Amino acid sequence: MPSLIDFRRRIRSVKNTQQITKAMKMVSAAKLRRAQDRVIAARPYSKMLRDMLANVAAAAGEGATHPLLEVREEKKALLVLVTADRGLCGGFNGNLIKRAVAFIRENPGIEFAYELVGRKGRDFFRKRYSNVVGENVGLFLKAPTYSDAIEISKLVMDKYASGEVDAVYLAVNEFKSVMAPNISVTKILPLEVPADASTTDYIYEEKPEVLLGTLLPRYVEVQMYKALLESAAAEHAARMTAMDSASSNAGDVIEKLTLYMNRVRQAAITKEIIEIVSGAQALG
Amino acid sequence: MAETFLLEIATPEKSLLKEQVTEAQIPGADGYLGILPQHAALLSRLKPGVLTFVTTDGKEHAIAVHGGFLEVKDNHARCLVDQAERAQEIDLTRAEQAQKKALEQLNNQGIDLDIGDALAAAMRAEARIEAARKASK
Repeated sequence: MPSLIDFRRRIRSVKNTQQITKAMKMVSAAKLRRAQDRVIAARPYSKMLRDMLANVAAAAGEGATHPLLEVREEKKALLVLVTADRGLCGGFNGNLIKRAVAFIRENPGIEFAYELVGRKGRDFFRKRYSNVVGENVGLFLKAPTYSDAIEISKLVMDKYASGEVDAVYLAVNEFKSVMAPNISVTKILPLEVPADASTTDYIYEEKPEVLLGTLLPRYVEVQMYKALLESAAAEHAARMTAMDSASSNAGDVIEKLTLYMNRVRQAAITKEIIEIVSGAQALG
Repeated sequence: MAETFLLEIATPEKSLLKEQVTEAQIPGADGYLGILPQHAALLSRLKPGVLTFVTTDGKEHAIAVHGGFLEVKDNHARCLVDQAERAQEIDLTRAEQAQKKALEQLNNQGIDLDIGDALAAAMRAEARIEAARKASK
């Protein structure tokens, strides 16, 4: 039977843990708010760019060709996996990695290469898969910036335009609600041009084809940036939820331990009284 | 009251401006474009330069923009720019230093110099300086 001192020690240790998880929860809540603001702030640009691209693509017509639009038979594909750099966020990384692995298994006909964003995914894939073409670690330690997105997009577009891969998939945790992220695996290249164009007759300073050529890479970058921002927001949300349940679990443990401790203390007191009483009786 | 149109400026990271203005001068790829209310629909690329506009209270504002796209449609001008700074936020001495450095690099080109990058840096610095000067006038 553990002694009273042992119980006190364990309770103290659990309390310390609880303090840490509570603090982490608070930090994540603050970071989540900022990450959400960033997602919202990025929306007008991406919406306007999408509209503009739709219009320009319609103006350029069916004949518009661009390396990023070229559809090829999928023999080789690049999988861009966006995970977090840090753990302690519940199933955030694990579930996404599991999903990515399942996706690879579902497509045995495609030879995959991997571009890994985030330390957790990199650590997993580096050990098990050989075809890692790029890794980008540490950008979630602070908020991801647009230049991060440019860097990743550039690698992705180069691989695609040079014909090294025939398709590019993006696996990422989308921010859906605070409770649970939405895992998505989507094809980002070849680009599918949004088709809901209006029929405005624009004055073009340049040929629509030229404009299209400069808009398309930008569109890929914006999509990548959005994915990074959403992943960051989802990560903080996941960590907040995980730390919240950790704090309440620690509370349960403390309650249980306190109950045991009191029982042990009471037992010791009862024992002592019995000893005194029986001693007195023996004397009398 | 003068006729107005809606001017919207956004960078990938945030929306910078959404305001009714009476006129705007926008640095298009082939020279400055003056936009007035009821302008015809237009699509153009932007180059680094100073975007100036006049708000409904008659005040002129300047924003340094560093490349992007412009769409005008239905009395609504939308600028998608890679980077933008309001003139008031620009540190003139820093911009001047950046310009000096960029020009120096262009003048004595080393082997490892990316001319495109240096040129872009010089143009950005110039746009900043011009915008800052306009604001301080």
